[in-house]
Amino acid sequence: MKRRVSVCFMAALLIMTALSGCTGGTGESSEDKSSKESTVAESSQSAEASQSTEAAVAGEPVYGGKVVVGIQQDMDSLDPHKATAAGTKEILFNIFEGLLKPDPNGNLMNAVASDYSVSEDGLTYTFTLREGVKFHNGNPVTAEDVKYSLDRVSGLLDGTALISTLSADKGGITSVDILDDKTVQVSVGSANLELIYSFTAAIIPAGSGEDEAAQPIGTGPFSFVSYKPQEGIVVKKNADYWQEGLPYLDEVDFKIVNSADTALLELKGGSIDIYPYLTDSQATELADSMQVLAAPSNVVQALFLNNADDTLKDARVRQAICYALDKDSVNEFVFGGNGAIVSAAMLPTMQSYYVDLNDVYGTGANTAKAKELLTEAGFPDGINFEIKVPANYEVHMQTAEVIADQLNAANIHTTIVPVEWETWLNDVYNGRKYQGTISGITTDLTPGYLLNRFQTESSKNFINYANPAFDETYAKAAASLDLAEKATYYKELQRLMAEDAGTAFISVPPITVAIKQELAGYTFYPIYVQDMSVVYYTK
Amino acid sequence: MAYQSIRLFGKKIITLIMTLFLVSVAAFLAFQIIPGDVVTAILGTEATPEREEQLREELGLNDPPLVRYTHWIGGVLKGDFGRSYRYSKSMNEMMPVAELIGDKLPVTLWLAVLSVLLIIVVSIPLGVFWVRSKNRILDAVLNVLTQTTMAVPSFFLGILVTYFFGMVLKWFTPGGYVSYRDDFAGFLRYLIFPAISVALPKIAMTARFLRNSMLTEQSQDYVRTARSKGCSSRRIMYGHVLRNALMPVITFLGMIIAEIVAGSIVVEQVFGLPGVGRLLISSISNRDFPVVEILILYITAVVIIVYFWVDMLYRVINPQISKQ
Amino acid sequence: MTNKTNEKKVHSGSVNWYLWIGLFMTVTAVCMAVLGMFWTPYSTTAMSAAERFHAPTWRHLFGTDNFGRDIFSRVMHGAGTTIVVSAFVVLISGSLGILIGATTGYFGGILDEALMRIVDAINGFPSILLALVMISLLGSGRHNLILSLGIVFTPSFIRIVRSEFIRLRDADYIRRARLMGVGRARILFVHILPNIFSTFWVSVMIGFNNAILAESGMSYLGIGVLPPDASLGNMLSDAQGYLTRAPWYALSPGLTIVWIVLGFALLSEGIRRSGEEVSHE
Repeated sequence: MKRRVSVCFMAALLIMTALSGCTGGTGESSEDKSSKESTVAESSQSAEASQSTEAAVAGEPVYGGKVVVGIQQDMDSLDPHKATAAGTKEILFNIFEGLLKPDPNGNLMNAVASDYSVSEDGLTYTFTLREGVKFHNGNPVTAEDVKYSLDRVSGLLDGTALISTLSADKGGITSVDILDDKTVQVSVGSANLELIYSFTAAIIPAGSGEDEAAQPIGTGPFSFVSYKPQEGIVVKKNADYWQEGLPYLDEVDFKIVNSADTALLELKGGSIDIYPYLTDSQATELADSMQVLAAPSNVVQALFLNNADDTLKDARVRQAICYALDKDSVNEFVFGGNGAIVSAAMLPTMQSYYVDLNDVYGTGANTAKAKELLTEAGFPDGINFEIKVPANYEVHMQTAEVIADQLNAANIHTTIVPVEWETWLNDVYNGRKYQGTISGITTDLTPGYLLNRFQTESSKNFINYANPAFDETYAKAAASLDLAEKATYYKELQRLMAEDAGTAFISVPPITVAIKQELAGYTFYPIYVQDMSVVYYTK
Repeated sequence: MAYQSIRLFGKKIITLIMTLFLVSVAAFLAFQIIPGDVVTAILGTEATPEREEQLREELGLNDPPLVRYTHWIGGVLKGDFGRSYRYSKSMNEMMPVAELIGDKLPVTLWLAVLSVLLIIVVSIPLGVFWVRSKNRILDAVLNVLTQTTMAVPSFFLGILVTYFFGMVLKWFTPGGYVSYRDDFAGFLRYLIFPAISVALPKIAMTARFLRNSMLTEQSQDYVRTARSKGCSSRRIMYGHVLRNALMPVITFLGMIIAEIVAGSIVVEQVFGLPGVGRLLISSISNRDFPVVEILILYITAVVIIVYFWVDMLYRVINPQISKQ
Repeated sequence: MTNKTNEKKVHSGSVNWYLWIGLFMTVTAVCMAVLGMFWTPYSTTAMSAAERFHAPTWRHLFGTDNFGRDIFSRVMHGAGTTIVVSAFVVLISGSLGILIGATTGYFGGILDEALMRIVDAINGFPSILLALVMISLLGSGRHNLILSLGIVFTPSFIRIVRSEFIRLRDADYIRRARLMGVGRARILFVHILPNIFSTFWVSVMIGFNNAILAESGMSYLGIGVLPPDASLGNMLSDAQGYLTRAPWYALSPGLTIVWIVLGFALLSEGIRRSGEEVSHE
């Protein structure tokens, strides 16, 4: 089977040098890069990146043209601050920008701000606004707009924080002061190295959050044209975009496809040009007619175990489940071998924070060991185990089907209960009434994001993980203002969670994208975004 | 006679309104007890207690059910169908349900119209041909063929149509729906294939029905009389038999309108048509109650009004029934 | 609806092909489905990377699917699910139909009038739509599917049973029974019920077919029987994604549905015809 899937696992490395940006240093350097080199379509990001996106270097870029991108989810909001769905954020990325924005390497680059600095104590951020940035309605971005946007997301405007990390009562923004036309000073409640990532929150025109009929207006490379529920959203080129030479395309239609199945037919029929959510078998099917690119996603997929369950509260039972799993065959069947097997709540691409724990329980099935542990735990005849799976996620459903057999072999008598997404949210995620569930947790650029939720008292700790040593270490990690020290704590946290088998992590699924032959420049990000500004037609 | 008709008409209208009222109550109540909180559905895993409370207040979910019903039905009567919980119109405004449905309606409407046209255009000549052919083998073949067609579920038919016309013959791009706003001709061209999937089983049904109804007519006394008077068999066939046999067929078509609507819902799913059916299915899973409630009310209204007219038509044609 | 005199003329004396072909199709389908509950040629769940997407061969009659599973075995299994679900649906709606139809039809009155309004309203409503609403109230899955389709199909049975009871309640032998002081329940279920069976039987067959179509339709839409529980409908929805690569994957469950539905349709047609012949003789 000849496959042209060029995997660029390394392309989107999260070299977290951006953190040193807190001193303002990297702020400079990414500024340089974005304004000067962006014209060559970020093709100089890294050797691996240009290799993987072969097409990115092949062919001369042509300006103009229209591209139809197939998307799976409808927009949950047109308000960049209220949108929570990953499927919405990845599109709004093209319309809105924050003071800073993520770049393809997982660093932060300056966007609406041209420079920033953080005070020694980490409590004051000072942003300098970039000259000549205009909203899509033609108005220049003022310090007022920035203050309005930051007040809005942090809850200073009406008491309701729209982005919880920036919320005043959670150590976020306590005040936003306009120093002069071009300078805004932000005070925060507590020093936190990772807070800087939250300043990617969209800057919107002052007052547009209260204006009933406001259309989505931002500063991004594309401006909003129209939105039709269940059909899609259309954006057009922002001719005044501050990054010179971008975007290439005149128009992008994000078209909602009926299902992954019809997406394949549409790709073949030519009614969509780019589709970023291919399944493995689809990728094989398209490999000859389209460019098929793959990169790791920012999702950690796991068989989550409810630590408060009567049977599963015994760590030995959870360990037995970990031993019984054959993650290799999940990777093979579900992801065509393109996923990355993990055993911790951290992306392997976050190199300096990730620790490879795949040896602890092995990646293949160790049925004998699993049975032994079950007997030790007082279940010589095995246990009954129910896995609730959100039925709308085909990947998780398929994974469930694959692992059910493996678990059964180890006397873990497994029943798969497919549930609707809303039921899953209510019963599993919020209600925590379940034994096991297969799902994925998504991370942003913050390295501690995935670990944070497993603190005993966290509202997102839906597995009821309770490990005092973990909580203690997490508190130390959060308080640390030294990157190396922070990394050590994060690794320790992953180890702690693997030891008592807090949950059975499985893989980081790949993102597989199909792109029409005539197009080039498609760039992967370590988070879910569809950056259309760098995509172009070749001659 | 006239007085009686008016009374009957009035009575029917009252029943119609009562039914709609009951359906509105049922639809509204049903979605009060539906499991799953709309707020969690909207906010997903990113929900915070404050955001949830704020949203609940915004959507008026904290009011008692009766207050909400009166509010809702009052709005509906004034032509205000409420706003979707799910779909945005602008940054801060949700999409009005009327606008949302109005936008999707043409798709379903044209699908239904095309399907009915196909049914009429194909089934009537087929039925006539069937009756006229005296060949027993042909009769058996048509019999088996129509029976088989009636046994194919519309979604499987949709898949077969997708496969043969879309992938083998490449006459259309499956899923490559063209919006009626952009290119009406292209839109209709794409709709033909879903319409075939909806219409085919009904064509078989209607052709069988027409055949039987014509055979009944043929054995009527007046046909024998006409024949004995020397009328050509052609004239008898088209002038009398077909004309008389068509009336029950029209009623029959009216009776299966509900099934055509139901067929369209499934077929919209197969072909990725952004019509009312798909809106309904996704709104149910999104817990977008304002949309679901109005859609149920709307579809019920359409179906029972069609029935009402079919019934009236039937009474006009067969005055004996009204006397019963 | 059908012209009896004419058809009888054509078919009397000849073999009742409808009956025999229908019987053959139904019996094979049901046998395979029942067999599939105890034994299948291959495991319905075991996966094999080496055997993915094999076209039909003698080894795998219907080929293999995206997990390398034998489609024939899964179709056997899925047909079982579909038939069991449909049988329960007909059982529930048929029993409810008899119970409610018999009482209201026999006693009449205001309750009957009110009930018929409701039945009319429900009958006019597209059944799949109603089932959709029901299942969104109850949640997906096999049991809820049976329950909601059972309720959705009840009105049509009520209507048929009711009209039969109305026809028979004033029949001479019933009047006589009443005069002799036979209890109501006895009249309803011993005197009248057996006499409506021939009519009822045909509507059970039609109901069964509609239940199969509804079940597979709902499961196809992803709101009926959910995987890993295999049903013909959800197999079809899985298979749709592999239409170009493995058309046999979609064709197998699809044609199986057609086979079952056609079999029952022919069988009921056959029974009706033979009934006519018998009554004529």
